[in-house]
Amino acid sequence: MSPEDAGVRFVAKNMRLDLRLIGEMVAPGARVLDIGCGDGGLIEHLFTTKGCDARGIEIDMALVTRALALGLPVMHGDADTDLAHYPDGGFDYVILSRTLQAVERPREVLRQMLRIGTRAIVSFPNFGHWLVRGQLLAKGRMPMTATWDRMWFETPNIHPCTIRDFFDLCAAEGYAVEQWLAADEAGGRAPWRRFPRLANLFGEQALFLLRREFVGRAGPTGFDSGGRRD
Amino acid sequence: MDQIVSPGPASAETTHQHVTFEDGLALECGARLERMTVAYRTYGMLNAARTNAVLVCHALTGDQYVAERHPVTGKDGWWDVLVGPGKPLDTDRFFVIGANVLGGCMGSTGPRSVRPNGEVWGTEFPPITIRDMVRAQKRLIEHLGIARLFAVIGGSMGGMQVLQWAADYPENVFAALPIATASYHSAQNIAFNEVGRQAIFADPDWQGGQYWRTGAIPARGLGVARMCAHITYLSEQALTRKFGRRLQAAPKDAGEVMALFGGMFEVESYLQHQGSTFVRRFDANSYLTITRAMDYFDLGADHGGDLASAFRGTRTRFLLVSFSSDWLFPTPESRAVARALNRAGANVSFVEIGSDKGHDAFLLDEPDFHRTIAGFLSGCAAHAKL
Repeated sequence: MSPEDAGVRFVAKNMRLDLRLIGEMVAPGARVLDIGCGDGGLIEHLFTTKGCDARGIEIDMALVTRALALGLPVMHGDADTDLAHYPDGGFDYVILSRTLQAVERPREVLRQMLRIGTRAIVSFPNFGHWLVRGQLLAKGRMPMTATWDRMWFETPNIHPCTIRDFFDLCAAEGYAVEQWLAADEAGGRAPWRRFPRLANLFGEQALFLLRREFVGRAGPTGFDSGGRRD
Repeated sequence: MDQIVSPGPASAETTHQHVTFEDGLALECGARLERMTVAYRTYGMLNAARTNAVLVCHALTGDQYVAERHPVTGKDGWWDVLVGPGKPLDTDRFFVIGANVLGGCMGSTGPRSVRPNGEVWGTEFPPITIRDMVRAQKRLIEHLGIARLFAVIGGSMGGMQVLQWAADYPENVFAALPIATASYHSAQNIAFNEVGRQAIFADPDWQGGQYWRTGAIPARGLGVARMCAHITYLSEQALTRKFGRRLQAAPKDAGEVMALFGGMFEVESYLQHQGSTFVRRFDANSYLTITRAMDYFDLGADHGGDLASAFRGTRTRFLLVSFSSDWLFPTPESRAVARALNRAGANVSFVEIGSDKGHDAFLLDEPDFHRTIAGFLSGCAAHAKL
């Protein structure tokens, strides 16, 4: 892959959201792999605040160099091709923060995540947000918002999805949704998180904690079947 | 090639700091060295707990003079840019050890050493492997009273030694930094080594390897070997940037016939200079022995064809670095090692540094590379509570 391609694949992140919300989901001392870790901010946060054995993969070589210069264990690699080289169950959590929509094969990446990790934490920008829907409806053009801020021909986000789409994929793949929430761009928890259809309309970001086996309904949210019915 | 003169290896007269192990070393080939000398240099201070030692493994033609003026050549240490006070490998903080490899010619036991019967080893010197080199270094480390190395670092053949260290002594290596290297020597690399060896064999002064008897050295053969190898250390861009098609001297008038041979282009003169300076410091039989050791190296094959099994269960922290224009040890070979380490569940960092300087980049002033090394070492030091 040429450096230009790698540049396009890079996804800008809101580190505050990742640090706070994802940090809350990870148990202390856990083994963590952060895919698309950027310069390693989350890895450092998990190591210093929770004593985690956290490592990262990043596709952008300049960010890898920056992370390494900060003393963080990061490896240059691509979520689409490098996860296959990790052993089964090597991690307690595998994190994919705001990157799912930018990988070539999101379903395969999720499968790999839940093969090498007991749990997966996935965050992505919600394409079902009302502004996105509204712009497409009103203007008939690809939406440009604070979250979706790159032109269609240069965006790294080649696989956008909505919160409800993601619930459907989890059900189809047999992943248990242990926790989920919708948030605004700044990482504030959305009050409508108990109501998936509202979350899908008003949440700018979505965050899911998945577990490998589907053991019954995703109880706490009460979302599962209701979300798929309509 | 006329510039290559034969002043004789000056290093033979220089006494190098060393330790001799009277009980020798059993080699992988089955032979046994009755006595073994390891020449070494150290920089910085070993702390009271003896936990801050870093072993630097040198490449094919390097030696133990890592970060000081070389007593034979008078040149700066080969890794002066990386090793020293306040540098990425900070000698104010770490106790840095450089050792001449087994089979070398800068004071450690090698083909130029005198064997117990009073004769020079020469080509009778047993074949050495990378593992033998590492086992010799292990003896030195024990001699220095160091139970666990904080880090082992090296580029090229030095990186092979780092991988061997991590595979054979995982409990004795906290961090391993194999730079611009691979888990096996590729067919292309063996091929280049063979050209070099054949050049040495073809030199009448080599005298079947017994050149010391007449006081001659196979300077032309060894010089050609060095020239050939030196091309593989550079990149096309680096050669173009440095020399392009520039001529040594333009013809004085149109009537002058340009020399068909000799130093016409600048790049030729550069390579010839590389060759002629090399033969003054390096022993031809050592060159044969060490290039062979590199060719033998295949860590995966030594572990049933699965490189990951060489590292399974390791707690060593790894940093692999490759350089984008290195075609001798290209990035995919480092990536393959990184992936094997992933399969083994190891803690591995890996980055390719953008550089147009070819394989030699690991020896040169590459700020991104140096930042990476410094950051990784300080991160490891935090984990080691150093």
